[in-house]
Amino acid sequence: MRAMTYRGPYKLRVEEKDRPRIEHPNDAIVRVQLAAICGSDLHLYHGLMPDTRIGHTFGHEFIGVVDEVGSSVENLQVGDRVMVPFNIFCGSCWFCARGLFSNCHNVNPNATAVGGIYGYSHTTGGYDGGQAEYVRVPFADVGPVKIPDWMHDEDAVLLTDAAATGYFGAQLGDITEGDTVVVLGAGPVGLIAAQSSWLMGAGRVIVIDHLPERLEKARTMAHAETLDYDEHDDIVVEMKKQTDHLGADVVIEAVGAEADGNFLQHVAGAKLKLQGGSPVALNWAIDGVRKGGTISVVGAYGPIPNAVKFGDALNKGLTLRMNQTPVKRQWPRMFEHVRNGHLTPRDMVTHRFPLEDISEAYHVFSAKLDGCIKPLILPSAS
Amino acid sequence: MTDPSSGTARSAGTSSADDIPIAYVPDRPQMRETPEQLRARIPGWGVDLDPADRPSSPKLQYSPDTTGAHWRFPDRQPGADGRERSIEHAFVTPVFGTAQPLHGLSGAIRALAYRRFSEARLAHWLLLVVGDRVDAWGAHLRSFASLHPDNPGTETGVLSELTASGTARSGRSDRRHQLLDPLIVGGPWVAGAGAAFLGVRKVVRALRG
Repeated sequence: MRAMTYRGPYKLRVEEKDRPRIEHPNDAIVRVQLAAICGSDLHLYHGLMPDTRIGHTFGHEFIGVVDEVGSSVENLQVGDRVMVPFNIFCGSCWFCARGLFSNCHNVNPNATAVGGIYGYSHTTGGYDGGQAEYVRVPFADVGPVKIPDWMHDEDAVLLTDAAATGYFGAQLGDITEGDTVVVLGAGPVGLIAAQSSWLMGAGRVIVIDHLPERLEKARTMAHAETLDYDEHDDIVVEMKKQTDHLGADVVIEAVGAEADGNFLQHVAGAKLKLQGGSPVALNWAIDGVRKGGTISVVGAYGPIPNAVKFGDALNKGLTLRMNQTPVKRQWPRMFEHVRNGHLTPRDMVTHRFPLEDISEAYHVFSAKLDGCIKPLILPSAS
Repeated sequence: MTDPSSGTARSAGTSSADDIPIAYVPDRPQMRETPEQLRARIPGWGVDLDPADRPSSPKLQYSPDTTGAHWRFPDRQPGADGRERSIEHAFVTPVFGTAQPLHGLSGAIRALAYRRFSEARLAHWLLLVVGDRVDAWGAHLRSFASLHPDNPGTETGVLSELTASGTARSGRSDRRHQLLDPLIVGGPWVAGAGAAFLGVRKVVRALRG
């Protein structure tokens, strides 16, 4: 089969690989129909995630058709069209039994601090991902869901991570009626986080970024006010001015480990790898939220430490909430929101690339060329 | 006050009656728009206002019978013997990825990281990063002895600079450090080529006596 393969930082190509096989009785093999590149894939692409091995196939946002099932699979049949949460989870460990599907303890031998994720290095379990023609899906009775007839494929693929993570990020903010919510990052996660903040009763939603196309999308798709941090000498001061010197009630950090906005931090962390990425957005969140406020972190960070201003968080009495999204837990309610038009994930899609052009897709998405917000990948077998 | 429908945020000004910013007085901040106005302007405003409607609230919801799992502990996937694992785990988990097993020098470095250091130790992660770089350079060198050598021109996707408005600096995420990226990607290749050239030259000179 054809599959994207990692060749080292900033380098990847499409190669012939063996089609995955059933390795556990509850496995399924899914023929991928549509995949996406996630912003967090860029951390792998840039060499920021430890134990990213040469030959690894990325991709944790995908939908497809069940091509084969293991002997114990009861809920799926060959031919079913399924959407697959980015989390690999067993459904039965201490954590899964309590709804923490992203923290499953039975699927990732390489680390206890993170669960299993498709195509996201050996630090998350060593599973090849869905930017390929076929993918192995463990625990087929637990993770995948048949795509509802009414759902658009592009909404379905975005619900496997980006959209679900945005919605989850707003929930972590514990928003109450009238709150001022600041969303850092107008990428796919930030856009849905902004839309979701309204659903939870926000009185103001302000999105901060520095890319004009994304800020425009935040205004049109998410009805948000916007701030371009390049236009302000100190965006934290602007956040204070915007909120009558109070600070935001809630800040949702939807940027993660490659935040820009501070040249030295970005170069030291994201480029020279002197720390586990760039903590600029996280520190803006800590300094921009009001005392006693809440920070929701859904931007992705790896296991290497960062220079986070923890003292400010302590002294301000902040509540910090964060996790990888337990995607399937979000879906029943999110399906209603998508069907009712309250959440519109596919509005963020800007680019569609054939799998064979995936090197270009990564570069365009990484540098944000051509106004790229969300690129989708079309495998050749689809 | 800002008109939210106008887009770009403007400074809020003061909200208290005596012109003192709200942070310095006990008043509650006033909503700029009433719930009715927001409901009219924003699709679905407030439909998840009640935390009971939010799927991740409360955080812990004990419901093991609803996950689809029909086991208390999953069948164990064959092949766990010898597979690397975090020493914070009691055993290799019952299900695991089998992509790219450990091999060669990079595999030895990674195996040491897993065997010797827990996830709590920075040495664990730094050794894994060293393993990654050794793996990458080993793969590059091996590729030159294959029919499919690495090609930074195609594998970096840099050719899209010519087709996807790459020359426009506006809108790029990397415009503040645009020159640094090629240096980081291409630098090691240039250094490697330089070292190879110097090495060959030294050998040639030695052979010439």
